[in-house]
Amino acid sequence: MKEKWPGASGLVLEEPLIFERGGKGRKGYSLPKLDVDEADPKEIWPSKWIRQEWQGFPELSEVEVVRHFTRLAQWNYGVDSGFYPLGSCTMKYNPKVNEDLARLPGFSGLHPYQPEEMAQGALRLMYELENFLGRISGMDRVTLQPSAGAQGELTGLLMIRAYLTDRGNPRKKVLVPDTAHGTNPASSSLCGYRVVQVKSNERGILSPQAIEEKMDEEVAALMVTNPNTLGLFEEHICRIAEVVHQKGGQIYCDGANLNALLGLSRVGDMNVDVLHFNLHKTFSTPHGGGGPGAGPVGVKEHLADYLPLPTIVKDQDRFRLEYDRPRSIGKVRSFYGNFGVLVRAYAYILSMGPEGLKRASLVALLNANYLRAKLKDFYSLPYESACMHECVFSDRLQNPYGVTALDIAKRLMDYGFHPPTIYFPSLVHGALMIEPTESEAKETLDQFIAAMVQIAREAQTDPGLLQNAPHKTKVSRLDEVLANRKPRLRWKP
Amino acid sequence: MRYIPNAESDWGEMLQTIGVERLEDLIRILPEPLRLKEPLHLPSPLAEMELVQHLLSLSESKRMVSFLGAGAYDHFIPAVVDHVLRKSEFYTAYTPYQPEVSQGTLQAIFEFQTLICQLTGMEVANASVYDGASAVAEGVLMAQRLKGGKKCLLARTVHPEARFVTRTYTRPSALELREIPYRAEGSTDLDALRDLIDEETSAVVLQQPNFFGCLEDLEEAAAIAHAQGALMIVAVAEPLSMALLQPPGLLGADIVVGEGQSFGNALSFGGPYVGFFASKEVFLRAMPGRLVGETVDRQGRRGFVLAVATREQHIRREKATSNICTNQALCALAVLVYLSTLGKEGLKELARANLSKCEYAKKRLGELGRLRFSGPTFNEFVIRLNRDPQIILPALLQQGIIGGFPLKKFYAEMETEVLVCVTERNSRQEIDRLIEALEKALREAR
Repeated sequence: MKEKWPGASGLVLEEPLIFERGGKGRKGYSLPKLDVDEADPKEIWPSKWIRQEWQGFPELSEVEVVRHFTRLAQWNYGVDSGFYPLGSCTMKYNPKVNEDLARLPGFSGLHPYQPEEMAQGALRLMYELENFLGRISGMDRVTLQPSAGAQGELTGLLMIRAYLTDRGNPRKKVLVPDTAHGTNPASSSLCGYRVVQVKSNERGILSPQAIEEKMDEEVAALMVTNPNTLGLFEEHICRIAEVVHQKGGQIYCDGANLNALLGLSRVGDMNVDVLHFNLHKTFSTPHGGGGPGAGPVGVKEHLADYLPLPTIVKDQDRFRLEYDRPRSIGKVRSFYGNFGVLVRAYAYILSMGPEGLKRASLVALLNANYLRAKLKDFYSLPYESACMHECVFSDRLQNPYGVTALDIAKRLMDYGFHPPTIYFPSLVHGALMIEPTESEAKETLDQFIAAMVQIAREAQTDPGLLQNAPHKTKVSRLDEVLANRKPRLRWKP
Repeated sequence: MRYIPNAESDWGEMLQTIGVERLEDLIRILPEPLRLKEPLHLPSPLAEMELVQHLLSLSESKRMVSFLGAGAYDHFIPAVVDHVLRKSEFYTAYTPYQPEVSQGTLQAIFEFQTLICQLTGMEVANASVYDGASAVAEGVLMAQRLKGGKKCLLARTVHPEARFVTRTYTRPSALELREIPYRAEGSTDLDALRDLIDEETSAVVLQQPNFFGCLEDLEEAAAIAHAQGALMIVAVAEPLSMALLQPPGLLGADIVVGEGQSFGNALSFGGPYVGFFASKEVFLRAMPGRLVGETVDRQGRRGFVLAVATREQHIRREKATSNICTNQALCALAVLVYLSTLGKEGLKELARANLSKCEYAKKRLGELGRLRFSGPTFNEFVIRLNRDPQIILPALLQQGIIGGFPLKKFYAEMETEVLVCVTERNSRQEIDRLIEALEKALREAR
């Protein structure tokens, strides 16, 4: 019988480490003949500063390099391979034309210290992107500088800290809900704040009462993700913001889940003071196997003076970088941000237009709620309310058979799907957090549903099949305990 | 809507399943007052053809002869690098949380970590951080975690952007950042370091080669740091130099950080770049960022996983060693492919070419009395114009030459100094053209 899902098996090629390939004297590179006298380091540098030798550096021809990385690529699963429902990561399709646009020689060859008059197009692109993000989110001002969401968090919190310091007291604590990403408390700590955890209520969202209980004049900010990591909209956000503002605190919104809100609602209208964007999530720039991303930050007017250096200013029809901003928190990274990522996000927004972005969010909601409805009879659903762009299940129904979220995740690989996010958020027992995004066709969702239903059945009839999964991947389940107990973090000759 | 497969014909059954009548009705999950009533105020969508035309019009079309370095280096990138980066199994994947379907990314990072160790002479390296500047800041924070001192000393010759970022990152802590001055020949004043350092100092940071292109005596600096119990952090902005220079790890460095852009990453107006971060093994548990380790699967076959994650934010939350979540995996892959392509011999040859061309430019400018510093350099050096660079550099621009980086931007005392970088991209003819144009502009400015 023909299988309903993409997972099959094919020829998988073995490939050693790059250091175990090649041979002495091979190289994959050519240099023009030197057109000046060759300088000898021994004649110009003190001899003890000169490198003697190194062991094990690669020596390969071009074809060996290409085969090596082609084989490595084949062991990976990307959005272009198939369904990648990794919750809270928004693994949407990465448009191909955007890859070409970021590589236009007039962008990729631009030196960051090139005179501004020779970078007008790039500056205009950044200026307009700031503008677009402001309009999408309802925030007054945007900086594109932060390299990723976590750096955006740090940037936003530093601005809050500077703002409160100017008002006499930076304060001591940051409130973080139990559903928050780990970066929220880590960024708070880095910014010198003590983290106070706030419990979500029985419906999986924050209640104004819970915030009231923890809110005092030592609290600098509440960090909230909306929709939160359970995929639920924080419907009391405005009331909560009032509570925090009344005691002089600020509201920081983690924009990781903004893909649920495009054209439907604006975080700026929720009394939020700071918001970070993840361009690699909401705005389709590729995740790159874990970076580079970009984490622009939007703020309300009262925080604009604190934006990182430099800002982009438009004087009539010229654009320039402005460094003369005495209240700025300073620089959070070198130069102006991950420009190559910004080009892709800019191109995405222009391709989609206002209706396209709204459609993306609506279809993301539709896809997530469809999965939720189709799977709720087979997997335990910890919260009743309709979800936004992602839904979270628990492995409770499978636990009696000795099957965990991890086993379900690994078994999904055999069916040809990337697993969802597991064990997060931690307040859900054995969480399976599924975010389909708008990029998936109905038949892909149906295949995935069929696989999940089949796995639920297998959990009852043949739990060993799950506990030993995956079976079709290049390697079987890997020993992570060993990797931590005796870390081998590099190859040695 | 070319990126959204589900069309109206698909919605019917799906909406029925979830009990919603129309797609637009899904907005009702949101509280009424927060539902957006107006369409977003954004330009109408562009077709792919229009989009390409628009971005072409924004991208810079002029080809210039450039002598700009200053932390971002224009090296030739072999075609192989981008062909590998464009493999979408690499670039459309996420952080390798599920190792069985991410062995490509994981093995590549393991290889990257190994190369960084080999280049820097260190024992462990992480999967990379955002850029060279944040790598310096993370290094300073790590030293403070380990040593707990109140003070950190940074050479004034460390890249200004790295110093600024370190200041931003450390502002909420009680850490005091002090700067070590430089000497007349362009390297850090180690006597001043001796005066500034005390037992409250957690770390000393030097850059090799420094921002002026000059080489530092790392061994001596490390000895001074260690004598007071401080850690020695070495920052590297132009990692190609390490092909010829004794690795910092063999000269007493405890932490080596730097910018990897030089290796296979385009200039791209300042990003994305890739910071590398290496350390002695004893400090492993205090390191920031992702690490990939080797392990075995159930059949005993070699495989790779994210390792020692108990330092990280997704597990340790507020007690994590850093708030960094991912690395710069694709940029690190570019470094790996680039270095694999060049290989040991290619890399040395390339570094020699940079050194030789730079020495040629220095010799000619030296004969004209323009060199500001006498200390040895790699591929960058400082010239003194005795005229306002704001007049001279635009004159060069007229002739299609970006003459260098005016140092006044970061060093008030350097009113007429310009930082000049020469790489393999610059032919002898271009260097001659630069010098001719420069002398002509200086004559005319008299």
